[in-house]
Formats: sequence, structure tokens, C-alpha cells
Amino acid sequence: MKNEQMAAYLTHYRGRPLRLMEVCGTHTSVLYRSGLRGMLPAQVAMLSGPGCPVCVTPTAYIDRLTELSLTPGVCVLSFGDMLAVPGSKLSLAGARARGGRVGFFYAPEQALKIAAKEPKTCFVLAAVGFETTAPVWAVLAETILQQGIQNVRLLTALKTMPLAMDALCETGDIDGFLCPGHVAVVSGSESFRPLADKWKKPMVVGGFTPELLLRALCRLLREAGERHSGVWNEYPAYVRRDGNSKAKAVVARVFETGPACWRGLGVLAGSGLYLRGKYAALDAGSGALYDDRAPEGCCCGKVLTGALTPQQCPLFGKACLPEHPVGACMVSSEGSCRITYLERGDSL
Amino acid sequence: MKIELRHGAGGADTAGLIDSIFARHFHNAVLDKMEDGAVLPRPAGELVLTTDSFVVQPLEFSGGNIGRLAVCGTVNDLSCMGAVPKYLTAGFILEEGLETDTLERMVASMAATAKEAGVSIVAGDTKVIEGNGGMYINTAGAGIRPQGRCVSAANLCPGDQLILSGTLGEHHAVILSSRMGLQTSLKSDCAPLNAMTEALFSAGVSVHTMRDITRGGLATVACELAKASGCALAIEESALPVSEGVHALCGILGLDPLTMGNEGKLLIAVPQADTAHALATVKAVPYGENAAVIGTVCAGSGVTLQTAIGGRRVLSPLRGEGLPRIC
Ligand code: SF4
Ligand code: SF4
Repeated sequence: MKNEQMAAYLTHYRGRPLRLMEVCGTHTSVLYRSGLRGMLPAQVAMLSGPGCPVCVTPTAYIDRLTELSLTPGVCVLSFGDMLAVPGSKLSLAGARARGGRVGFFYAPEQALKIAAKEPKTCFVLAAVGFETTAPVWAVLAETILQQGIQNVRLLTALKTMPLAMDALCETGDIDGFLCPGHVAVVSGSESFRPLADKWKKPMVVGGFTPELLLRALCRLLREAGERHSGVWNEYPAYVRRDGNSKAKAVVARVFETGPACWRGLGVLAGSGLYLRGKYAALDAGSGALYDDRAPEGCCCGKVLTGALTPQQCPLFGKACLPEHPVGACMVSSEGSCRITYLERGDSL
Repeated sequence: MKIELRHGAGGADTAGLIDSIFARHFHNAVLDKMEDGAVLPRPAGELVLTTDSFVVQPLEFSGGNIGRLAVCGTVNDLSCMGAVPKYLTAGFILEEGLETDTLERMVASMAATAKEAGVSIVAGDTKVIEGNGGMYINTAGAGIRPQGRCVSAANLCPGDQLILSGTLGEHHAVILSSRMGLQTSLKSDCAPLNAMTEALFSAGVSVHTMRDITRGGLATVACELAKASGCALAIEESALPVSEGVHALCGILGLDPLTMGNEGKLLIAVPQADTAHALATVKAVPYGENAAVIGTVCAGSGVTLQTAIGGRRVLSPLRGEGLPRIC
């Protein structure tokens, strides 16, 4: 089908009402940027899922990072997006303003260069991410051991997606999933098969250009509308059935699974990745960071599970703004509250 | 040689630095007098003044450096006001440890850019602070606006056409990829645009407003214009010029060309009747070859983008840093 035909299919869908979830934050953002969200008919609701690593990171993890940053001799390095996420007392940016040492990197490999310049400081890297980023951190951990780098540690908050989607199926009435294309590049489209079989829902892997997303959405509407279940790969240029075996192998070498806490979903057994064996020596205390106390009134947990839309949070656009976020979903560029807020087009 | 604190102390070391680098590259009749201030002829027309500080990291990047940027930024601010840029001052804050060779390259590049733009650097200052070999530049600029030129965001009116002078996002893309250590063939678009704005006036185009698209990108500038003029702006995504390199980088990093900064692009609003003439004029001058008509001014408020895929999106100004996504 041509783009115009697909667009017409989307806007003219008159099938049964659907609640669909885009798991990945990048999809949330492309849905907005491309105008696709506005093209959906009224009976199709797109819910944003727990697909942004910044948003799902629990409070306890932020607290551990801020505590480390305020420890003499320690410097915390993180992706820039994490800096403004509120902890129970402080964000990393707040810790920095109080004398904590916090830096940021654009790509994890940069962190090693930063650390090499200051051998006496212990650098703790905030290793967050999903299946997609896990291989990068795994390679980094291998490099640290191989090169005998002494002053770098990882505080991991690495998670795998299918178990979170399973938990969502259990709680929410979701008719189908737009599955994260980046994750599928690594883990393979078939990694969503067990979910499709167990819950009898369509799982459509989508890419990230407006055209690819449109194509994936049309597929999802059609299959969910007809109550079909199965896995459809609408990102075949990059996603293979079994994913990237090299990336999977390095992750398996370096990490083992364990329980992880997701904001909004709580602790899910087996959904986290932790440094294993000889790599465990690099860990800066990543286990059992389960406390997920949200600030007063914050509904991020409900937003992340599709139970509430961002606008339904009483703080949205009032106490919680991109300039002073209360919850994580207003911080990250992939957070659904931030995206929804910006989508309203409030000018300066 | 490396810069040390003594080079900023105001004594012989400072004088030596001025002689060997600044005076040598910047020299012109006014500066050569080496007085405490520049004495300039009283202009006919209105005087337009502006100032800007430049703190870019890295100092040198593909397609430019902090020196060229410091001249272009101020020249472009003046040009967008309809002024003919004439004089610049340059204040340097140098960190200890800066290589004098690096400083000299930046200064030489400022001199070359000033020459290209036809402006003179007529006063300057240097301070040295503790640090790690970085440098910062402030430039102030004075320009003369001939009688009868009235360029202001408030002049936008429904029916005006919006011309973008070239492709979006290069400068931002270059800085970001160099900070991330990515190899790309991109070049910053950093350039003085006074020849372009003068060409428009000489061609008799009735320019309603012009803005250079810097930090925050087209979306931010368009929102500012909409707000200041009380009009709505409607932009066509498929009309936006975006180079392949920037497009690819945006795909990889999850960035949006609409909120990425340029350093050599203008958004120009002209009355409908002048559009074709204005576009041809911009396309004929340096840095304007990729210009395109990208949208229209309408009654209403806010900025909307008609997306290539047939959707509609409300644009907001950039908030926060516009960092790339985590994966
Ligand atoms: S982490 Fe990757 S897969 Fe997950 S939301 Fe972000 S871009 Fe998508
Ligand atoms: S508006 Fe703020 S507090 Fe409410 S759910 Fe969103 S991020 Fe959390």
C-alpha cells in the first residue's frame, strides 16, 4: 500500500474500539512528530507504555546515584536525560548544585575517556537501558576488565521488555502492542511470540520513520480489529526473527537476570540484568533498589501502565512542567507527559 | 606556547599577546590607534547595537570554529534587524593552558570572517582565568539601519510567505556528533548572512521580518514570531530542506531537525506578491542556494506543521537541551 492509502485506512478505521499500546518512547515521540496521533480515529486509543528507560527507573536508583555523587572521591556519570529525574530528596542536578560530582556523556564509551583523565576518582556510570543498550554496557564491562581499568564502576538499571509487557497484559485491557523496534533488532521479532501466544494479542514490531510507523499502525489496527493474535514484523529491514546473535551473546556473558523494579509495575522477577561472575566486581550496588515512592500526587506509575493519560494526572501542566518536573515522565524526551505537554503547543 | 595567567595581567605579557596575535590579525585604521576606545564617524540612519557571547565546545569543528561563530552570530543579529553591520568589538576570556597556536587560529578566522562580512573589529579586551585551556568570546556589534527599513516580528501579516534560506540543523548536528565522537561528513553552516539580507533590500523586497535560526531551531523561532506578531504560522514539512546527513543523524539519535540549531540560516517573511522575487534573490547569493518557501502566515495563533505523511502537528519551542535518546 502507498502512504496515502495507509493514511486513509488509518483515518477511516471504523472497526471495534481499540486500546493499543506503544511500548517504546521513541514511538511515542514519532507518533507526535509525524502527526500520526492526530490522524487516528476516535475509537482508537494509543497508550504510552513503560518504554523509556528514564521513566521506569525507580526512585531508589536515583537516590543511590545522588548518594554516590555526594560521596568524596566519587563522580557519577550519566546520560543527560537522567539529571533532572527527581529522587526522593534530590535529583542528580540537585545533588550537583549541592556539591555532588555529576557529569554526563552522550555515549557510554565516552565515560572511559573521562575516567582515564582522573585515575584517583572513582567514576560510577549510570547504566540504564533496555535490550538495546545492554550490549553496549556489556562490551564496556568487558573492556574495563580487559584493560584493567580500576576507577570505573557501573550502577545498573537494565531491564528487559517482554516481562513488563506480560505484566501489562495481566492488569490492563490492552488489545495489541506496537513493539519496540530497537529492542527487536537485538532480541528478534520472535521474542514477542510467547506473549502473543499466551495473551492472544497481536504484537507488531514497528520502525521509527513516520512511514514505517504508519505501516505498523495499519497492521496493528487490522489485526487487533479482527482479534487476531500473532507477531508481525513491519521493520524487516533491521529486525530479524532471532535478532542479533552477537549482541545477545555478549549480554549473556556479562549479565544474568534478576528481579528489577519498574516504576508503576513494581518488582518483576527476572526482568532485570545484573553483572555476573567476574564482572560483578564492577557493580556499585545495583541490587534491591526497589523503593519506588513517588512524589505526592505524581501518577507516573499509572501513566506508564496506560491506566491514566498524562492529562488525567492532577499535576500535569500545573505543578508538573518540563521546567520543573515532578515525575520522571515529564523529564525524558521520550516521556509521555513531556511529549503530551509539548504536543499541546503552548508557546514560550 | 600556552596561555598563562600573566598574559591577562595587563602588563608587558598582555601587550605582547596583543601585538603578536590580535593587532596583527585584526588590524585596521581604527584599531591600529590602540586607544582606550574606538572613535567612529557618526552614521546617517539608525544605530543598531547587539552583543552575544560564544562558549561552544569543541572550539574547532567541521565547517567552523568559535572565532568564525563569534563574528557570524553578531553580524547575523544585526543583519536580521535590517542593519548594515559595521563594527565589532571582541572580548576574549582565555583559560590558562590554552595553546597560543589555537588562539591564533581562532583570531585569524575571526579576521577572515570579518573581512568576508565587511566589518571591522575596532576594540577588544583579553582576560585570562584559571582553567583547562578553554576560551570564550564576546562580540558586540554596531550596524547602521538606513532610513525606511522596518523589520520586526510585529510586521507579520496573514498572507505573508515564509522563506527558509537553506537546510536545517547542520551546526547542531556537527557539534553533537563531534561531542559524541561520531564521524560524519557534515559541515557546520556557520556563515555571515549580511550579503543575503542586503541583497533582499537592494532587490526591493518588502521584508516584513527576518530571524536567524540559532539555538532552539526553526520551531522555536517560528513560535517566537507567532507570539510576537499575534499571527499563526503554518509550515509544510515536505517543503523543509534537510540534508541527507542531518536526516540520517536524526534517525540514529532520535533528534528533530525542527529544534536543531543553525548558525547560517534565516527565516524570512515577505508579502505574497514579493515571494518569487525574494526566493530567487536568496537563491542567487552565497549560502542561499537551498532556500525554499516553507509556509504561510495566517490569522490565528501558534505554529502548525503539516506533516509529510498527512498529519498535523502543533510545534512548541525547544525545552531543555534536546539531548539524543538513550538507545
Ligand atoms: S530505550 Fe530504545 S527501545 Fe526503549 S524507548 Fe528508548 S528508544 Fe525505544
Ligand atoms: S504529569 Fe508529572 S507527576 Fe503527573 S504523571 Fe506526568 S510526570 Fe508524573
